[in-house]
Amino acid sequence: MPDERAAVGSSVEAVFREERGRLLASLVRRFGDLDLAEEVASEAIEAALTHWPTDGVPSRPGAWLLTTARRRAVDRLRRDRVLATRLAVLRAEAERADHAPPADADRDLPDDRLALFFTCAHPALAAPDRAALTVRFLAGLTTAEVARAFLVPPATMAQRLVRAKRKIRDARIPFRVPGDDELPGRLPTVLQAVYSIFTEGYAASSGPDLQRIDLAEEAIRLGRILRRLLPAEREAAGLLGLMLLVHARRDARTGPDGAMILLDDQDRGRWDRQMIEEGRGLVVVALTGRAPGPYAVQAAIAALHDEAPDVASTDWPQVVALYDVLLGLVPSPVVALNRAAAVAMRDGPEAGLALLDELADDPRLRGHHPYPAARADLLRRLGRYDEAAAAYRSALTLVGTEPERAYLLSQLKAVTSG
Amino acid sequence: MKYMLLFMSPMVDGEVVDKGCSFEDWIRYDREMKDAGVWVSGHPLQDLTTCTTVQVSAGGERTITDGPFAETRELLGGYDVIDVPDLDAALEWAARSPGAAGPGSVQVRPIAEIDVQV
Repeated sequence: MPDERAAVGSSVEAVFREERGRLLASLVRRFGDLDLAEEVASEAIEAALTHWPTDGVPSRPGAWLLTTARRRAVDRLRRDRVLATRLAVLRAEAERADHAPPADADRDLPDDRLALFFTCAHPALAAPDRAALTVRFLAGLTTAEVARAFLVPPATMAQRLVRAKRKIRDARIPFRVPGDDELPGRLPTVLQAVYSIFTEGYAASSGPDLQRIDLAEEAIRLGRILRRLLPAEREAAGLLGLMLLVHARRDARTGPDGAMILLDDQDRGRWDRQMIEEGRGLVVVALTGRAPGPYAVQAAIAALHDEAPDVASTDWPQVVALYDVLLGLVPSPVVALNRAAAVAMRDGPEAGLALLDELADDPRLRGHHPYPAARADLLRRLGRYDEAAAAYRSALTLVGTEPERAYLLSQLKAVTSG
Repeated sequence: MKYMLLFMSPMVDGEVVDKGCSFEDWIRYDREMKDAGVWVSGHPLQDLTTCTTVQVSAGGERTITDGPFAETRELLGGYDVIDVPDLDAALEWAARSPGAAGPGSVQVRPIAEIDVQV
């Protein structure tokens, strides 16, 4: 009997993980208020936790949750006339703006999550807040989990979320999917929010661990939702492909003691072949058609690495060519840095170093530890150990995570002991 | 929902940087807002040589000075209040204004609706 109870319990958990974002989106659409939606969604989930273990999980859990939450919201609005008036005004205003409800034929509820993605990642919000709201409302993380994800104290994160929600409410950031003419301008911040959740999971900016797999997996889950809801957007395919092709290497990126292992030294037999295959399929979709977007190109670069049996046989000319395309799309010094590293592999460390030196004065690379680390690596390969040591030292003053620090220290030791 | 669009011009050495838009551009913009039925109110402002700053100290002493605060880096050149459904619509009107182009920028501020029971 306790076993059965536990089984129902864990299936209840699974349902919530999947349904919370959907439920919130439907409620925001219906009532136009994130706080009210959050509140009644929590109440509905609480009610489910009470009823489902004894009554069983209903056949349409999403519909059950939504009905329960709606009833709570209506009760709440009957009690709170000020809120009811405000929301009534909001609804009247919303009707002035033209928007059609999105439909999802294979589910028992319409899927309003796409509109919620666009609200959470609205360009009028600060970029870190977009990622935090997206992971909070669409991946269903608690505020404490979001705080842990972005390595800030829970009180700070709670404050940031409150402030961002206030802006959504008081500046009236709309809850709707942008029209076809606006979509190209609005999609990048949505993709960027998901990708920044992924990169924080893939390469934590600080802390004891190099990668936090659960966060990367949340980002991939969000990427899958976007891919499904925006089947015609090739950059949504590109983003999901990129995340899969990078995440496929997760087991080979760290040693048993948590130490960092660079691409060159990874055991490629431990890469996730199935994930690579899925990612490659998405790269094809993302690259087919008009000029590809930045996620498609980055995914294509990741695919070239994933397809190569080792570093030496990687198609470096093709990698450099793709970085050239990427640099045209995203003229950022970080891209130029990665391109220089690829050139070093194609033409030798001297050529790469010359390109890196051209970037030396770029203020946007100041404080960016991969820059001195990349220089150090090329100087070491050229046998210029004193200069390499100096570059490793400056990288060490900037690096965030413990495994990266340990790696740089071991490299520093190697160039100074000889 | 009402939003105020504040048309800002950058200032260098106390001089407004020329925004490169003409009087006719503003007339056209004004007409577009009125035709769309979103315009509530608005005015251009005279230039800074006509500005006077007033401050009242805790003791009630009044200080009157010529011009804005010395460190002003941006000049408010004018404003419009528009009534539109949401922030996206307000941002769209802001972007279409001559004030958003070149070195200028537009701040979009929701109007605080405060119910005062008289």
